[in-house]
Amino acid sequence: MLAAPSKPCHVTIVHRHPPSKLYSEEEMVDNICSSSSDEDIKSTNHNTEIEYKHDDENLQSEEFEETPLYAAILTYLSYAILCLFGWLRDFLRDSHIEKKRGALDPNATLGFVPLYQSYESFYTRNMYTRVRDIFNRPIASVPGAQFELTERISDDYNWTYRYTGKTINAINLGSYNYLGFAEKSGPCATDAINAIKTFGVGNCNSRIELGTQRYHVELERLLADFLHVESSIAFGMGFATNALNLPALASKGDLILSDEMNHVSLILGMRLSGATYQTFAHNDMKDLEKKLRAAIVHGHPRTNRPWKKIIIVVEGVYSMEGSICRLPELMQLKKKYKAYLYMDEAHSIGAMGKQGRGIVDYFGVDANEVDILMGTFTKSFGSAGGYIAGKKSLIDHIRVTSHANTYASSMSAPLVQQIMSSLKLLKCPEGKRRICQLADNTRYFRQKLVDMGFIVFGNKNSPVVPMLIYMPARVTRFNREMLRRGVAVVTVGFPATKLLDARVRFCISAAHTRQMLDTALMAIDEVGTDISLRYSTRHKSRRLREL
Amino acid sequence: MGSPVNRDDIARLATDFYSLLESFKQTPFYHLIFEIFLILTVLWLVCFRKPRPIAKKLTEKEKQELIDEWQPEPLVPPVDTNHPALNVRVLDGIVGKTIEIDGRKSLNFATFNFLNFVGNQRIADKAIQAVQKYGVGSCGPRGFYGTIDIHLELEERLARFFNFEEGIIYSYGFSTIASIIPAYSKRNDILFVDEGIHYAIQKGVEASRSTVKWFRHNDINDLERLLAEQDKHDKKNPKKASTIRRFLIIEGLYMNYGDICPLPRMVELKYKYKYRIFMDESVSFGTIGQTGRGVTEYHNVDRQKIDLISSTLEYSVGSIGGFAVGSSFVIDHQRLSAQGYCFSASLPPLLAAAAIEALNIMDEENSGLFETLMDKSKRLHKKLLDIKGYRVLGEDISPLKHLSLANSLNTIGRLEYIVEFAQTRGITITIARYLNDEHHLPEPSIRLILNVEMTDEELEFLCTVLQEALVKVTA
Repeated sequence: MLAAPSKPCHVTIVHRHPPSKLYSEEEMVDNICSSSSDEDIKSTNHNTEIEYKHDDENLQSEEFEETPLYAAILTYLSYAILCLFGWLRDFLRDSHIEKKRGALDPNATLGFVPLYQSYESFYTRNMYTRVRDIFNRPIASVPGAQFELTERISDDYNWTYRYTGKTINAINLGSYNYLGFAEKSGPCATDAINAIKTFGVGNCNSRIELGTQRYHVELERLLADFLHVESSIAFGMGFATNALNLPALASKGDLILSDEMNHVSLILGMRLSGATYQTFAHNDMKDLEKKLRAAIVHGHPRTNRPWKKIIIVVEGVYSMEGSICRLPELMQLKKKYKAYLYMDEAHSIGAMGKQGRGIVDYFGVDANEVDILMGTFTKSFGSAGGYIAGKKSLIDHIRVTSHANTYASSMSAPLVQQIMSSLKLLKCPEGKRRICQLADNTRYFRQKLVDMGFIVFGNKNSPVVPMLIYMPARVTRFNREMLRRGVAVVTVGFPATKLLDARVRFCISAAHTRQMLDTALMAIDEVGTDISLRYSTRHKSRRLREL
Repeated sequence: MGSPVNRDDIARLATDFYSLLESFKQTPFYHLIFEIFLILTVLWLVCFRKPRPIAKKLTEKEKQELIDEWQPEPLVPPVDTNHPALNVRVLDGIVGKTIEIDGRKSLNFATFNFLNFVGNQRIADKAIQAVQKYGVGSCGPRGFYGTIDIHLELEERLARFFNFEEGIIYSYGFSTIASIIPAYSKRNDILFVDEGIHYAIQKGVEASRSTVKWFRHNDINDLERLLAEQDKHDKKNPKKASTIRRFLIIEGLYMNYGDICPLPRMVELKYKYKYRIFMDESVSFGTIGQTGRGVTEYHNVDRQKIDLISSTLEYSVGSIGGFAVGSSFVIDHQRLSAQGYCFSASLPPLLAAAAIEALNIMDEENSGLFETLMDKSKRLHKKLLDIKGYRVLGEDISPLKHLSLANSLNTIGRLEYIVEFAQTRGITITIARYLNDEHHLPEPSIRLILNVEMTDEELEFLCTVLQEALVKVTA
């Protein structure tokens, strides 16, 4: 269900014809059905053209404020105290003063080598378990802008849970739902249900053998049209798209230069490919240039053979930092040093750009100039899976050599239908409204947080909003207090981030109304004052009511 | 005695020495210092100086030249347009017992739809209900509000089905075993792996960076030999051996060969040589055993002795995804260390709902599905053996069989001809496709898969068509 925004977003409406109202939902279903062609949609809908307005000169404005000294000291101290207590508890458990919790190895007494080293599970036993209730929270409804969390209570400090059967209603600032397509009713859901009736749920075979349905071909064509590239190929899992296709593109004798904040799936893909990989400092183009020059001049570090090819791997929007890759400079470097660019747009496709076409749209670059465009359908399209897009020769090669194309099952019909419906919806005024709403929500939320004096990382326009908390205890307290006020957030600490930089990461959605954002901001204001999270020295600390 | 050295000589030597000393006193001070310095320099050059390597210092101009001259390879090599991946058959509609290709229907002996759950009305209804409650996607990984109560229900049902403590589900069948193995086995550990495992397991083994010892497919003696060798090696250094974990990676029913692993003996060896068994039952789950519980049921082995059973929801269950079951001690570790679980979006709820309903159907007491399937497989096996000229790989009760031509006749070209011919007669079969970098590339073959709803007449028809094709291709 789409909630109408209470405040109009910043749009400049250019009228070509007399203004007409935006289409109602029933008319939308008629327009966006799986059998209508794209020409029909274009001719009936475009009476109004909504222009997307944003600060053109500040496309790359990002801020990463330094850690305040006292926060760093206190954080290290916190971890030191946790470690001490961990050792104390381990000692008590080993000397049988305290009972050992957790599962026991059935093979323990039979002389098998222990499955886990004691120090590997030290963190799990002594730190993670204490705060386990803030992670893996089950939900009992659609993960939209507001959802229902199943209530679970632990009587023994998070070793076991019991479910009370009740649910907690909360505002969802944690799920990846940028364009608000996580809906249980509406045109996309209806189309998905029709797809289940027509095609069933599974296909039981890989694409190369007998798993290719007509809707797969249709999806790939639609996707290539949407992205303005020659061709594309879709897979059933975003993680696997990276991990199983990088080996098809790079091999021994190639060099991969990857950003240090790249996602685990990219690193796994690079490892499996057999190519050599080096990291460059996050978003630092000078460091990248230095490494490129050194690579071409010196070749392989030991044999000095020239590299067969060099691939630069970056992400569009980094999910933990909120920063955006510097695409214009990357394009320059790429051309100058004849390297290839692989861009992972998992979080930016659909969420960035005037038409939702991702970072290439955001910077106004031709999509054909980026050699390999990769993205996922989980975040902005409300489905599951990943894709790779580019020139036809590239996609043909991937079809032939990809592990996923040859061995993994093809995508399920309702998921494909959801993507196709949402792609078609993005071309209509409704889709453009959502893109605009997301941009507006993002700017509003970020501005308010910064004005209140919190440290917020990343680009002003990225819908991923990390706010720094540093200390592990504050992280936990923040999460629990926010839930008590009816806002569900995602907090991450070590090892997903650096030891010092534990943070809360807000994911803004087009489905959030101004009212929901205000509720969330009030809660953050209260909790932030309660546990002193206003670390910023660049911006004055203020309460929300003063803004 | 006439010593040649007499007093005069000594006196002369002493005088010479004395005069030398006097001359030292008379030389200027700087001359002495210079001479001592020269002697010391010579000493240092001879004894202490190491040959310095010649530093390669390129000028900026040379560097720029190198950069300008360097030409990378094209991003992708040219591709053969006749490759089967670029010329796939495109299907329409439900891929159940019959398939529609280009408007024509044919019998489906090619997709892994063992229990014919694809298109099942009950499963479709449950999936539709799930969409009406949860939407389509799950919008996040398990750790961040991607855990939906239906996932917890599915995990519990799977664990109960196998009578294990805990289960864990993944959103993609390929990633399941490929994420599980690296979560437990690290650089110093040893994996004993059957050569005939399928590609996803090979990728898991590769990603773990452990020492891999391959043993010949289903050859228990070869495995014993490897274990004995390792044991001998361990006895030389018992302290180090007590830190090396060992795992045996096998499949229940091998997808590339259709035969079943010799599980009882492997379990015996487990307690002798102290390794843990990770068994992948993708094909045997829901097909082998009286109640479809796989190879442990078939061999009558105590399932608790297997440390981890992984499988997929993409074959007999007819949904998408994968899972693993085992004791809590083993399975819980994956929730923090398996990459395909922690860093990937969770399974869409409609697929989980479809899987739960499929499990319900499998659990029904009087279904007799599995016995029927094993029975029909045996009959098909016999019929295929009756067609002289084909080599049939696989157990007789296995619903997955590999068909190839005898000896030197067995080429991809001939098999493709058989497949095309069968398609014109209304039978859809497929060649088993592999990538070239498989560790142990199997022989070319046609993978035949039996659907439990096939009637005897249809099996007869299949054999007739195969017979005709054989005649044509060997003519």
